[in-house]
This record gives sequence, C-alpha cells and structure tokens, in this order.
Amino acid sequence: MEHQTPHALRSYLIGFVLAVILSAIPFWLVYTHALPPQRTLLVIGIAAVLQVLVHLRFFLHINFTTTPRENVLALVFTCILLFLMVGGSFWIMFDLHSRMLI
Amino acid sequence: MSVAPMSAHEREEIETHEQRALGFWLYLMGDAVIFALLFATYAIMIPGTAGGPTGKQLFELNNAALETALLLVSSMTFGFASLQAKAGNRGAVLLWLAITFVLGVGFVFLEVREFTGMIAKGAGPDRSGFLSAFFTLVGTHGVHVTMGLIWIVVLGAQVALKGLTLPVTSRLQRLGLFWHFLDIAWVGIFSIVYLPGLL
Repeated sequence: MEHQTPHALRSYLIGFVLAVILSAIPFWLVYTHALPPQRTLLVIGIAAVLQVLVHLRFFLHINFTTTPRENVLALVFTCILLFLMVGGSFWIMFDLHSRMLI
Repeated sequence: MSVAPMSAHEREEIETHEQRALGFWLYLMGDAVIFALLFATYAIMIPGTAGGPTGKQLFELNNAALETALLLVSSMTFGFASLQAKAGNRGAVLLWLAITFVLGVGFVFLEVREFTGMIAKGAGPDRSGFLSAFFTLVGTHGVHVTMGLIWIVVLGAQVALKGLTLPVTSRLQRLGLFWHFLDIAWVGIFSIVYLPGLL
C-alpha cells in the first residue's frame, strides 16, 4: 500500500499532462488557423481518439491485466455497437442526402 | 505475512460491490451508446440551419477552452480524492471532493450562460434542426454533469457522516467512473461540436 499510492498518483498526473497536450494542440490549431481546414480536422480527430484512450488508460485504469474480463468485453462490445450504429446512420443519411438533393 | 482471515460475510460484501461495479460499468456503456447516437444526429444535422445562425457565428472558442480546462482539472482532482480514499484520509477526501464540486459548478455555470446567451439571441433549440441537435447533445452532457454534482454532495455527506466504510468507498469508486466518463464525453463534444464548428 505504501509504495502503491505514488504509482497511482503518477498515473493521474501522466494522464493529466497528456490530456492537456492533446487538448491544447487542436484548440491552438483552430485558434491560429495554422493549417488548412482539412488537415486541422484530421488532427482534431486523431487528438480526440488519442485523448479518449489516455482517459481510459490513466483515469479509468482500463488495461488488459487487472481490469475484470467482463468489463473489457462490455467495452469492446460497445465499440462494435457504436461502429455499427454511427457508421450505419452516416451511411444511410449521407446516401439519402446525395440522392435527394442533386 | 499474516493476513486476517476474511469472514464469509465480508467476502460476500466485497463480491456484492464487485458486481455493482460491473453493473455500473454496463450502465456507462449504455450511456456511451446514447451519446454516440446524439453525436451522429448532430453531425448529420450540421447543415440543417434553416437559414439561421451557424456554429461559426454562435460558438466561442475561449468559452469552450475554459470549459475543457475546468472539466479536465476536475477529473484529476477527483482522482486525488479516490487516492486519498484508498489511503483512508477522510479530511483530504472531503477537500478534493469540494474542489471537484466547485470546478464542476464552474463548468455548468459557463454552459448555462452560453445557452441563455444563445436563446436570448434567438438561437434557441426551436430555431433550426442544427440547434435542436446542438442543445440536445450538449444539454444531455450538462444534465449528466449536474447529476454528478448532486451525487458528489450526497457522497461528501456520507464520507463526513459515515466515514470511509466499504459501502461508501465502493460508491465513491462508481462516482469516479461516472465523473471520468463525463470528461470522455466532453472530449467528443469539443472535438465534434466546437472545434470543427469554428474552423
């Protein structure tokens, strides 16, 4: 217990610093318009995915050794559901959009 | 290493809390599905402004940055509260919970101010499909944060009155999952709503 606490504290601090960096980059890009819009969008997307992973790993402490198997399975299943539902919605709606508004 | 033998009752209690942790995790996954579909709806409704104001005219980058900072710092301070709960420092848990609460209130205040400002400008949820989707998505997140704040008050009172007993620390752990989860949802909101809207 005595040596476990500094380790856990470090986890929160590392997560915080990484999250600050991954938030600052996209905000700074939008603030300065340093890159063309398409590239900025790409960076925003990559930074968001990385930041979600950072939150899961360092704040929610999800990993593949100590996290119960059921929790990881539920998370993976949710990701599959999200992919199907969000991807399916986009597919249908944008297809409809391109068919109806010529 | 002498480990005090665990009574059957204690073991049963720990098992119950583990089951509750899984149950709460399943609830959070359901919540993630709700948010993802609100995100999808929002993304599809972005062009549907019905001649009304667009995100570029309405959103303020500084406000979104400040909200992001408040929520992120509050996520970390909640982590400190969890660590102090493990170490058994009741006073420190209460202090970090109080700081988390103040940061969360600041976030809700900024959001309410933004919403009322937009409605006063005639850009309420009834103006266009885009704004309906915006208010639903960001408002749902705001309601979650408000519920989290109420929960922090309730658990703060339990920590103060009952102390760091096993049921209380297990509730604190679930509140932690909830609070960190809300920060993840916010990452989605600023990355899909505010930043692309202001490009």
